[in-house]
Amino acid sequence: MSKPTVVVVGNGMVGYKFCEKLLARSAQFQIIVFGEEPRHAYDRVHLSEYFNGKTADDLSLSTLSWYSDNGIALHLDDPIQEINRSEKTIHSLKGITLKYDYLILATGSSAFVPDIPGIEKEGVFVYRTIEDLELIKAHAVNAKSGAVMGGGLLGLEAAKALIDLGIAETHVIEFAPRLMPRQIDSAGSNMLQMKLSQLGLHIHLNKSTAAIAGEKKIQSLKFNDDSQLAVDMLVISAGIRPRDELAKLAGLHVGTRGGIVVNEKMQTSDECIYAIGECALYEGMIYGLVAPGYEMADIVAAHLTEGEKSFYGYDMSTKLKLIGVDVASFGDAFITEPDCRTILFEDTHKGIYKRINITNDGKNLLGGILIGDADAYNMLLQTVNNKIVLPPDPEDLILGSRGGEANAGAGVMSLPDDALICSCEAVTKGAICSAVSDGGVTGIDGMKKCTKAGTGCGGCVPLVKDLIAGTMKANGQYVKNVVCEHFDYSRQELFDLVKINGLKNYDLVLDHYGKGDGCEVCKPVVASILSSLWNDVIVKQEVIQDSNDRFLANIQKGGTYSVVPRIPGGEITPDKLIVIGQVAKKYGLYTKITGGQRIDLFGAHLSDLPLIWEELIDAGFESGHAYGKALRTVKSCVGSTWCRFGLHDSVTFAIEVEDRYKGIRAPHKIKGGVSGCVRECAEAQSKDFGIIATEKGWNLYVCGNGGSKPQHAQLLATDIDKETVVKYLDRFLMFYIKTADQLTRTATWLNKLDGGMSYLKNVIVNDSLGLGEQLEEEMQALVNTYHCEWKEAINNPAMRKRFAHFINAPDEKDPHAQFEPMREQVRAKEW
Amino acid sequence: METAIATQWIMACYVDDVPENGGSCIKHGDEQIAIFNFARRNEWYATQNLCPHKQQMAISRGMIGSAGENCEPKVACPFHKKTFSLLTGECLGEEELVLKTYPVKIADGKVFVGID
Ligand code: SRM
Ligand SMILES: Cc1cc2nc3c(=O)[nH]c(=O)nc-3n(C[C@H](O)[C@H](O)[C@H](O)COP(=O)(O)OP(=O)(O)OC[C@H]3O[C@@H](n4cnc5c(N)ncnc54)[C@H](O)[C@@H]3O)c2cc1C
Ligand code: SF4
Ligand code: FES
Repeated sequence: MSKPTVVVVGNGMVGYKFCEKLLARSAQFQIIVFGEEPRHAYDRVHLSEYFNGKTADDLSLSTLSWYSDNGIALHLDDPIQEINRSEKTIHSLKGITLKYDYLILATGSSAFVPDIPGIEKEGVFVYRTIEDLELIKAHAVNAKSGAVMGGGLLGLEAAKALIDLGIAETHVIEFAPRLMPRQIDSAGSNMLQMKLSQLGLHIHLNKSTAAIAGEKKIQSLKFNDDSQLAVDMLVISAGIRPRDELAKLAGLHVGTRGGIVVNEKMQTSDECIYAIGECALYEGMIYGLVAPGYEMADIVAAHLTEGEKSFYGYDMSTKLKLIGVDVASFGDAFITEPDCRTILFEDTHKGIYKRINITNDGKNLLGGILIGDADAYNMLLQTVNNKIVLPPDPEDLILGSRGGEANAGAGVMSLPDDALICSCEAVTKGAICSAVSDGGVTGIDGMKKCTKAGTGCGGCVPLVKDLIAGTMKANGQYVKNVVCEHFDYSRQELFDLVKINGLKNYDLVLDHYGKGDGCEVCKPVVASILSSLWNDVIVKQEVIQDSNDRFLANIQKGGTYSVVPRIPGGEITPDKLIVIGQVAKKYGLYTKITGGQRIDLFGAHLSDLPLIWEELIDAGFESGHAYGKALRTVKSCVGSTWCRFGLHDSVTFAIEVEDRYKGIRAPHKIKGGVSGCVRECAEAQSKDFGIIATEKGWNLYVCGNGGSKPQHAQLLATDIDKETVVKYLDRFLMFYIKTADQLTRTATWLNKLDGGMSYLKNVIVNDSLGLGEQLEEEMQALVNTYHCEWKEAINNPAMRKRFAHFINAPDEKDPHAQFEPMREQVRAKEW
Repeated sequence: METAIATQWIMACYVDDVPENGGSCIKHGDEQIAIFNFARRNEWYATQNLCPHKQQMAISRGMIGSAGENCEPKVACPFHKKTFSLLTGECLGEEELVLKTYPVKIADGKVFVGID
């Protein structure tokens, strides 16, 4: 008997998921897929990341061979044009006619394009497919201003994309009196509008567009209130329109405002035809999110394989991504008193607005809105969905528990087993916990493999991690911050063990305290510990170094490296500048002033590195350790040597400090700054340590950080002299080196330190642990054993030999490393 | 059954050209092959040098090690740390990426790689 044939129309997110779900349940079907787009299914939810360097391949939901490997016939670029229900056949554009036993419509939706005069003009786009984004990207190159029509979820995402594309002036035009009218209330919208304006977005509310003016190309928007706005491009994001044209043609029931009508089994008015995803209309509702679409896919897969499952609507809670401001709305966000009690929190200074709606008896959470800080979103959503009884002071939910210990973990473990944690993949708390208890899963990677939780939008990952830790704890499994599967120790424990036992190489450490053969996580950790303790030349143990440390340079796109000589305090003589110029020219390097007050030379071939460094070292340069988890730069301002406000000589001090700590390996990189007065031109308060001149001496700040989560440094000591600054810095840095987890910057380390800044102050300034002298001695030992590792490398023939791309053809360069011209220099070819 | 296609063994380099517990790259015509001296286990492996993730010629510069209870030997690409089994070449993460692998023989201090 031949297998029943299932034809899937549409190879979008939901159509793909359906294939996956059906295969997981049964191999008894012949699956045939037709897609209108030229490429196989990709992740539309993360479409905007296409602008941030993700390729179509990265976005693909599977490889192309996945289909054939699973016996699925895939016809791309070939839309279905007609369904003949009496014959049970379909006809495609390219002329394929096929008989189906079951037909699955997963045709999604298209962008709704309002009927406005001029809408067909060049420079007007929609935002739905990779092709749309390609067109937008190409047009944006020559555009200075742009507008997005529609201030909803997608419109704001598109607006952020325009900013990221370099459109200097980006507008959002919204017809309603507020942004995201379907998700948030007007107070929330006001706050959001304020935050978005700070990001540089121009927001126009209550505006309806009457016409799009321009010759062939868009030039301006004309509004009903007779105002105008000149723009070079327009992205329309005014809502979605379900693709029901095929269904309509076949005489299936469709809604008056679009959408293919389905029952709770996702069957259309023809029982052999199902509709799922954004084209399906269930009880008058189109579900424009991916999670309900996946649920629908599972219901049909279950139904075809005689499983029992029905659709009963779906939670439409959302968290806006990418825009640079947290926005979330969940449960019943709009319900008002007297039907509920509402708690509001507003901080216009920080741009935070939070609202929760709770039942009148104060027992349950109904829904809410979060703007500016949505960290609590996952937990609040769970609280609504699982009707968890609220604490006596429900305001703690949005304010955080003040005073007492914050306890995020306990909350998660109190969720019921059927609580849906990952809605994209429909994974419950029960499934996650049993993967830990019965499946031996101990980390997020294992969990992704085992249950697929966290592989969709990724929003649930923090919750999943808490659940893994919580379950392990409950099972009596000791959860600690171990380095990796090869070492059951935290970095700090390993540091002490290596020190006490005087171990000098990785293999010894692995034999004594580890298992297996090590990996790319524990090798660099141990390498860093060995270096912090014994300060030997790191390339003597090259194979345990991270790639950058192994070749003493940062690896870049295309496999070339960058060269950063140390320029202490940012001070450099004209002669040295000339040498840098000459070397760059000779080896064809791209040069750029870095954000750390020095010069980076990019695009060096591996085999040129020793030659380049030979010349630099001859001219008096040293390694800048731009590749290492080590001291990078100590930024200086010009200070009292030239500046009319300068109180002390900040440049000299910066050079002294940089020279003192250069080369020292730490859990993460370290940066410093020295400013000559409170105007703070060296930005010292954004560094791991910052020194600022005062009338009476210097103020010392520690634990600041730029990067993705900027944090200001905090004051450690006031009005101290230079010697005391150095003493405290010795203690501070050594204490950090000895106790921090790997890859933890000082700011993050401080955030996790019990007792925080007051504890740190006690240890460093008041010497509460009696460690002061020891820390200073340990630091002095490192300072005394400083060596320029590049000098060691070029003078050692065995080490030098390693800087070759081909070991059997050392003089040949990698033909794969390729460059493109750019503004009179070269750049790495795009990958 | 014997395979029909005879493997041709090429002399790739000398044993001490490849650092212990690390890798080096050799050129064979237009091909680039990464060779690993897994000294800790007294094993040798060879794979394509091109990382299939972003087409970077860098696998030989990656760190080697083992994964899991049965100590699957692996290499991590230095670019984005995707890890691949040295036995099968398969990516150990979620991606469906594969490295081509080659057999390796050692004789008289020389390293030979089998090419078909
Ligand atoms: C060259 C430079 C950009 C520039 O053209 O200005 C740069 C380039 C890189 N940065 Fe940076 N950063 C540079 C200044 C900065 C600054 C600004 C500063 O130092 O004042 C910051 C924010 C300040 C801070 O660190 O607190 C910065 C925050 C980062 C981060 C985020 C760190 C964090 O804790 O969040 C990373 C990622 C990391 O280290 O893990 C990073 C990583 C990198 C790496 C090393 C990425 C990599 O591993 O390949 C880049 C190497 C490029 C290359 O091939 O050489 N870079 N990077 C700057 C070199 C400064 C120098 O002279 O050494
Ligand atoms: C920029 C953007 C951001 C988004 N962000 C989020 C988010 O953060 N969270 C979230 O949950 N959702 C988000 N969404 C929505 C999400 O992408 C959709 O809910 C999801 O893609 C719906 O899947 P689908 O398969 O129903 O439709 P689609 O993914 O649109 O797939 C339908 C496919 O069917 C094809 N098709 C149509 N007619 C035919 C035919 N006759 N023959 C053959 N093929 C046909 C179409 O070309 C299309 O490829 C976002 C959408 C966009 C555009
Ligand atoms: S910080 Fe003070 S001393 Fe330094 S440049 Fe600015 S004003 Fe001058
Ligand atoms: S290029 Fe190898 S992991 Fe990305």
